[in-house]
Amino acid sequence: MTTSETDIEQTGAPGPDSSGSAESANDGGASTGGSGTNVPGRDTKRAGGKALLKWGAGGAAVVLLGLLPLLNLSLPGVLPGPTYTPGSLQLLAMCMLMAAAALSYHMLLGVAGLLSFGHALYFGAGVYGLAIILDNLDIPLLPAMGLTLLLVIVLAHVVGAVSLRVAGIPFAMVTLAFAEAGSVLVGRNPGGASGGEEGLALATDNLPDFLVGVVNTRNLYWLALAVLVLVFAIVTWVQYSRAGHVASAVRENELRVRVIGLQPYLIKLLVFVVGGVLASLVGMVYLLLQSGAVPRSVSADFTITLLVMVVLGGVGSRWGAVVGGVFYTLLDQRLTSLANSEAIAGLPDVLRIPLSEPLFILGTLFILVVLFLPGGLTGAAKRFGRGRKAGRRGEETDNARAVLEDAA
Amino acid sequence: MSTVVLLFVTGLGLGALYFLVASGLSLSYGLMGVLNFAHGSFLTLGAFAGWEVARRTGADSWWTFLLSILIGAAVGALFAAFTELVLIRRLYERHIEQVLITVGLSLATVALFEGIWGTDPVFIDGPAWFSQTTSLLGAQIPNDRFISIIAAALVLLGMVLFLKRTRYGMIIRAGVENRSMVTALGIDVRKAFTLVFTIGGAAAGLGGVLASHYFGYVSPLLGGSLLIFAFIVTVIGGLGSLTGAAVASVVVALLQQFANFYLFGTGDFVVVIALALVLLFRPSGLLGRKS
Amino acid sequence: MSSHTTAKPILEISGLSAHIGGQQVVEDVSFTVPATGITALLGRNGVGKTSTIKALIGLIDRTGRVELDGRRIDNEPTWKLIRRGVGYVPEDREVFSKLTVAENLRLAERDAHPRRQLVDELFPDLVKRSGQLAGTLSGGQQQMVSLARALLNDNKVLLIDEPTKGLAPKIVQEVAEALEQAAATVPILLVEQNLQVVRRLAGDAVVLSGGRVVHTGSALEFLDDADLTQRLLGVHADGEAETPAAAQEGAAR
Repeated sequence: MTTSETDIEQTGAPGPDSSGSAESANDGGASTGGSGTNVPGRDTKRAGGKALLKWGAGGAAVVLLGLLPLLNLSLPGVLPGPTYTPGSLQLLAMCMLMAAAALSYHMLLGVAGLLSFGHALYFGAGVYGLAIILDNLDIPLLPAMGLTLLLVIVLAHVVGAVSLRVAGIPFAMVTLAFAEAGSVLVGRNPGGASGGEEGLALATDNLPDFLVGVVNTRNLYWLALAVLVLVFAIVTWVQYSRAGHVASAVRENELRVRVIGLQPYLIKLLVFVVGGVLASLVGMVYLLLQSGAVPRSVSADFTITLLVMVVLGGVGSRWGAVVGGVFYTLLDQRLTSLANSEAIAGLPDVLRIPLSEPLFILGTLFILVVLFLPGGLTGAAKRFGRGRKAGRRGEETDNARAVLEDAA
Repeated sequence: MSTVVLLFVTGLGLGALYFLVASGLSLSYGLMGVLNFAHGSFLTLGAFAGWEVARRTGADSWWTFLLSILIGAAVGALFAAFTELVLIRRLYERHIEQVLITVGLSLATVALFEGIWGTDPVFIDGPAWFSQTTSLLGAQIPNDRFISIIAAALVLLGMVLFLKRTRYGMIIRAGVENRSMVTALGIDVRKAFTLVFTIGGAAAGLGGVLASHYFGYVSPLLGGSLLIFAFIVTVIGGLGSLTGAAVASVVVALLQQFANFYLFGTGDFVVVIALALVLLFRPSGLLGRKS
Repeated sequence: MSSHTTAKPILEISGLSAHIGGQQVVEDVSFTVPATGITALLGRNGVGKTSTIKALIGLIDRTGRVELDGRRIDNEPTWKLIRRGVGYVPEDREVFSKLTVAENLRLAERDAHPRRQLVDELFPDLVKRSGQLAGTLSGGQQQMVSLARALLNDNKVLLIDEPTKGLAPKIVQEVAEALEQAAATVPILLVEQNLQVVRRLAGDAVVLSGGRVVHTGSALEFLDDADLTQRLLGVHADGEAETPAAAQEGAAR
């Protein structure tokens, strides 16, 4: 593109709204309006009340989730058994971990506008890093986790520093290439460390007893819940910190940020590293929950899964990432059991083949959401809740579109 | 010496495949900013179509091979045109959403291919000549390498002629440089884009048939694994540059072959390191526009 | 030429607004371009002249009403409304540097019988250089290519954005002459910083400030009003623009 007078007009004479736009732009929750048409007084009050309600609801949900292993609730069609059974707890824990992983991806895409295709590298680094350390070094869990985190911080800095030399779609391609190198490395099984295609079983010698075995699934469930809450808190904190504001300002208009003397590159690198570290943390707990590492956790497919979760839930929204992670995990699980069911096996090929491939259905659903529901599930739910104002797409949709536009 | 020759020709053959995938990717990004994740699926479908043709008409005849190449290219082109007209066009200028659509398409189609043809690789045969070798400077070179190289060279020549000699080619070259100015001359760039996308799909479909002979099998994951290297090639070559894609295809494939042989199978990593170096010192790629 | 033409205008713009990246760059702009002569679009640097031109032809997202010869064109994509008879000469020329001069011109031809002869007569230099890559031309020659692209077709109006920017005085004269000849057959909306050129060519003037129209009327009367020009353009109308072209170019890069 050419640089023209229009660029100068924007940057040379900052209009009255230029300082405020960063503030209003990136609330992931309900009260957003990227395009700055808020009526300040009333909106703030209402948003304040709404936020309080939302946090209250969030807190209640956490308490309820915390109590689930002690309760005997059944959700036929969603959970394999009552909530206290290990099977259900395992699935719920997986939902929460995926929600947390999706949140870490939201850090990149929703906050900083970075479309990474290599996020699985950090998740996988958490999974494999911890697995390999526990397998080879005789140290307890916490130091092993600390060591893994250290490695991930270095890795994320190196890869981020190089990848952020380009932006937009080239950035996506480059992060994919780096993640692929990680995936190939794991597949090669260097020195027998990663177990190659077979994966690596979790070495339990140095783990505390309460995290080992099916009987302790509920402890792992609580751990997963804790990780979700922690990741949510950190993402919220970063998003509302000065760095988060600058990051979203960079996302919207990098030139403007550069003009006021800040370094977009460093801010983006910071968000990239924090996102990577959070993903690796989730990966470590994933390892404990699954009692093993499998190559899929470093694959490009897994990054794409995270992307699908975030988009399904609603781009640019933390709750969207959570909802997307949970929804995707449950749906994937249900579709897999549907694929193996008798009802499907009896259908003619034209129906049987597509329906017995969960990823075909998820991929198609994803395309439909991108085309017709750009605000994702949370956007659609809010619109529905607001009473379906005819013809109005809703600000979540606009916000999601804007976030995606900014990533280009 | 003979090892070097063998590695060199084999590398060229692999580079030829990279080019067939990367050329379409690079041009469609250069013209419209569209990154096509489903490009690998065009290749895979082309490969399976070629295999189905060979299976039905007797795999060892040259006519079958030529027919399978034509069908593979045609299937790739049709799939691409469909993708552009039905999915991508409606998200005109929304680049990230376009990428997301192609990601979804790639997920769905790979799963569908697995449903239809199974997850295991399907081994294929070509004319008997393919599995023989030709002696070149003391090296015994599998003949299928030559086929890829010749095909890619012809495709490159065809694309260059198209870009240089036709009005659409002129529109595409101008559009890669400055799309909005082309529209400001009263030209509907989207038509040219549909054409570019379709040609890219044909090249990928053709590449799929050739890749299945090069590797000796077809699998639903064939396209995806080549696609990642094609991404690396397009970034190293410079997005939007056909010549860049050609040069980078050869460089990347040769690096990979030689590193795999002389540096203990580290070809894939050497390629990623090369990518990092290019990004550090020349982020716009070898022959890309400086932005 | 000096007063408002009573004939039907060729371009009628009402309530035109445009945003870039959430910031309003054109704000509720309304004016008309008469069907003959040259109308100058004036204003200080960065008031939205280029954005107004780009918004007119949809190169940036816009709202409002634009009528070309009585027909609405504000809801049409750029390529379509250009084909209705708009010639656009962008700021900074925007020739295709990797195409030859001949290819640049051929790309611009949309009529069945493009006016090659006229262009060849106006810019004999380009005939000699037809095989040369446009990127290797001098700034003045590139401007000739850019003007030629617009003059090749039979247009209802030309939108010409700073054609003399960054050119040597002698070339400025040549460009002005070419514009004068062109204006004999087609109305022109001209963005121009060089006020001598404006004096020489323009009938009407539309003056923008802060993305809005703040003055319309005869160009000469406006330029003769020293207070007004000082206030709206920040320059003395007699001389050259105070902001040297070189400084503008530096800022634009």
